[in-house]
Amino acid sequence: MTITVSMTVNGEERSGVCEERTLLVTFLRETLRLTGTHVGCDTSQCGACVVHLDGDSVKACTILAVQAAGRDVTTIEGIADGDTLHPMQQAFHENHGLQCGFCTPGMIMSALDLLKHNPSPTEREIRDHLEGNFCRCTGYHNIVRSIAAAADMMAPGEG
Amino acid sequence: MYAFRYHRAGSIDEAVRLHGSCEDPGYLAGGHTLLPTLKMRLAQPSDLIDLGDIDALKHTATTSGALTIGAGVRHNDVARMSHSIPALAGLAGGIGDFQVRNRGTLGGSIANADPAADYPAACVGLGATVVTDRRQIAADDFFVDLFETALEEGELVTSVIFPAPRRAAYMKFPNPASRYAIVGVFVAWTDSGMRVAVTGAGASVFRVADMEAALARDFSPDALADIRIPEDGLNNDIHATPDYRAHLVTVMARRAVVRANASSDGVRL
Repeated sequence: MTITVSMTVNGEERSGVCEERTLLVTFLRETLRLTGTHVGCDTSQCGACVVHLDGDSVKACTILAVQAAGRDVTTIEGIADGDTLHPMQQAFHENHGLQCGFCTPGMIMSALDLLKHNPSPTEREIRDHLEGNFCRCTGYHNIVRSIAAAADMMAPGEG
Repeated sequence: MYAFRYHRAGSIDEAVRLHGSCEDPGYLAGGHTLLPTLKMRLAQPSDLIDLGDIDALKHTATTSGALTIGAGVRHNDVARMSHSIPALAGLAGGIGDFQVRNRGTLGGSIANADPAADYPAACVGLGATVVTDRRQIAADDFFVDLFETALEEGELVTSVIFPAPRRAAYMKFPNPASRYAIVGVFVAWTDSGMRVAVTGAGASVFRVADMEAALARDFSPDALADIRIPEDGLNNDIHATPDYRAHLVTVMARRAVVRANASSDGVRL
C-alpha cells in the first residue's frame, strides 16, 4: 500500500509517496533524488548509508522511511554551507581521505557524530568509532587523518 | 521484504491493544534485527507496531540498590550510564557498532533472545527482573531457548530492573565481523551471591554453577582455572567448535574476574 511520508530533510520540509516497507535510504535516493547517501551492503554493516536522524548517526538501510516521518534527517547534501565545504569535507579533501569515494558520505556523517560526543578524539578512538564504516579501498589511514584534522579545524577558537 | 501495515503506537496500552487486533503482528523497537530479518524474507508479519514514540519505554530510574532501564532505551544511552553499573554500560558500548547502538534497544534485544546477544548475559548475570505490561519475570526464567523467551503472545517488555552488584564485569570474544559474542561471560558478585552467565556458547544464556561455587570461596581468576564446562550441546558453526567454545568460557570468565576486581563496580546506588 502506498503512503505519503513527510519529514524534514536538510532543513526543508519534504514529502513523497512510498510503501510502508520502503527503507529510508531508498526514500532519500529514489523518491527525493538525494543520491549522496549510498547503498553498499544493504545489511547494516558497511555504513555507506549513514545519515543523521534527529541528530544521531544511523544506518538508513535499516530504518523504514515511515519511521522517520515527522523527524529531522540530515544527509551528506545538507552539511556544506553553499559552495563552502563543511570542515569535515574540507579535511577529507586536504588529506586525501578518499580513494574511490563510495564510502565517503557515510564516513563523514559518522565522523561528525563522533566529534559531537568527543570533540578531540585520539587516533584509537577514531578507529574504534569507525567500526561500522567500511572502506573497501582500505584507505583507512587517510580517513583517520582527515577526521583528526577536522577535529582540529572545528575546535573552539580554531579556523 | 514482504508488505505489511505500519502502526506507530503512542502508549504501551495502545501498542498491546493494536497487537491484539492484528492478524499476525510484530513489535518494532530499534529494528536492527527485525528489519534485516524482514529484508531476507525470513518473516512475514501482517502488521508492524512501532514502539519508537512511546516515552514510557524510555525512562531510567535509580532506586536504592537498583537501576531500572526502560525497554526502549538505546544501547548508546546505556553505554553512557557508566556511573551506575559500569559493567552494564561497558557491555552496551560493545554491542554492534556506533550506528547500531544508536537504534538498538534493551527490550528489543532481550525479547529477540539471540543466542549470541550480549544483554541476556547482563540480565542473568546481574539477577535482573524483566518487567512487562502484565507481570514481572526473573531473568533466570525469562530466557527459555533459542530465540525463545517466557513472553506470551502480545506481551511487551517495558523495563528491566538491574540490582547493583558489589563487583561485576563482562568479557566477550566477539565475532570479528558482526561483533556478536562467540562467547561472552558476565561475572557478578551480587548481594544474593555469585553469578556467572554465559552467552554465545549455547542455544540460550546459561549459568555455570561450578564457577559460581568456586568464586564464592575465592573471587579470583585462579579459582576458575581448572573448571571447564562440558561441550555437549554447545553451539557448533563455522566460527567455533563446541570444544573451542567450552575453552573460551573459562578464558572469558577468568578475564571477567580480573576486570571485576580491577574496576570500581563497588559503587553503591
